[in-house]
Amino acid sequence: MSGVRVLVGTHKGAFILTSDGQRKKWKVSQPQFGGLEFYHLKGSPADPNRIYASQVSDWFGQVMHRSDDGGRTWQTVGNEFKYDGDTGTHQWYDGTPHPWEFKRVWHLEPSLTDPDTVYAGVEDAALFRSTDAGQTWQEFAGLRGHGSGPRWAPGAGGMCLHTVLLDPADPGRMVIAISAAGAFRTDDAGKTWRPINQGLRSEYIPDPNADVGHCVHHVAFHPSRPDVLFMQKHWDVMRSDNAGESWQEVSGNLPSDFGFVIDVHAHEPETIYVVPIKSDSEHFPPEGKLRVYRSRMGGNEWEALTKGLPQRDCYVNVLRDAMAVDSLDPCGVYFGTTGGQVYASPDGGDSWAPIARNLPAVLSVEVQALP
Amino acid sequence: MIRVVLPHHLRNLAQVEAEVTLQVDGPITQRTVLDALEARYPMLRGTIRDHDTQIRRPYLRLFACQEDLSHDPPDTPLPEAVASGKEPLLIIGAIAGGWD
Repeated sequence: MSGVRVLVGTHKGAFILTSDGQRKKWKVSQPQFGGLEFYHLKGSPADPNRIYASQVSDWFGQVMHRSDDGGRTWQTVGNEFKYDGDTGTHQWYDGTPHPWEFKRVWHLEPSLTDPDTVYAGVEDAALFRSTDAGQTWQEFAGLRGHGSGPRWAPGAGGMCLHTVLLDPADPGRMVIAISAAGAFRTDDAGKTWRPINQGLRSEYIPDPNADVGHCVHHVAFHPSRPDVLFMQKHWDVMRSDNAGESWQEVSGNLPSDFGFVIDVHAHEPETIYVVPIKSDSEHFPPEGKLRVYRSRMGGNEWEALTKGLPQRDCYVNVLRDAMAVDSLDPCGVYFGTTGGQVYASPDGGDSWAPIARNLPAVLSVEVQALP
Repeated sequence: MIRVVLPHHLRNLAQVEAEVTLQVDGPITQRTVLDALEARYPMLRGTIRDHDTQIRRPYLRLFACQEDLSHDPPDTPLPEAVASGKEPLLIIGAIAGGWD
């Protein structure tokens, strides 16, 4: 193991933070494409030098980048995301039908086995895939067209497909999540999809138990147990033990069950992390204390992790794609804030230190353990 | 040759200096110049005009000869000074700072 590379997407460019396996001393790169918003960057599990990045701006729209050398150089790849067939309508904020319109790529999920294959979750919500290293993109239209699409509505941040989970044990199975429609699953490699929201309860929609309409913020799993899903919903931390067929709330003793991120320890499938945020109006940590909460029981019983994190006057947010874990032992945990800090814990969350303090607002954090 | 000045971020994307020159055959219009620009620098496709509709992105403007040509139909001939290469076509990112 030669080191760790943390890929940080921010409001004003991308940054790459590097360290050795000790994860104590960090080097922060110069801004990559400074001044432009990077929603997400992620490296290929099959080739760590292959990184995909989503850049977007009001001026120039969506631009996609690919690096083949670990982020030293970049080339622009295809940015045409064309919905397949009839675009149809979803609900607008006022409840009226609104045509699907591509706005941006929120999340990139490289294939587990092929560096040239990458999935893109986009706004307005749809899933695309490229099999030519990002040059061209094709939609999985069966998701948008499976039936409930006309009832989907945007969350405050837009109608974004923000989570893509690829099942390592079953290439045909994917789980995705959309704000504010819910979670969906395919078992046939993306041809057909169905909602998997049984057990979610959301008081902010007319039928709190509806099959779609839930504002899911993020979903995570441990690759060794892809049927066990953990969800941070707008309110409520949820768990499913049957690949989303049913969900149970595991918010337990959290100081707030609202938040955006959720992630799973690399070596302990029942150890999960969230960052509680006070809502519905404030969207910063309760009591001005930035605390990661860890459950070693897959939810319900949580402990506050505070060592090294600001415990007064802290009013940042941690956005949905801004937490990641590395595969080293002990497991490293990373998250970024809207205040421009990136915190790392090299010991599974017991202690934390800022590895970058003054970046632009952080939108996403991913980590690669380098061979 | 047609001269085109790109905004900072598009210069970075295309990896060019402030001004580029293009050979454009036939009538010199917004459409033919942007077609030539995108053919020479394919990484700019979708950043100035929508892929499908070819409509100019709302935060970009097209200036030349002290005139705002942004709202001219795309097949309107550009000023003779642009067609002759005396003056550049300026692609301008709107000065819209937003919240930061």
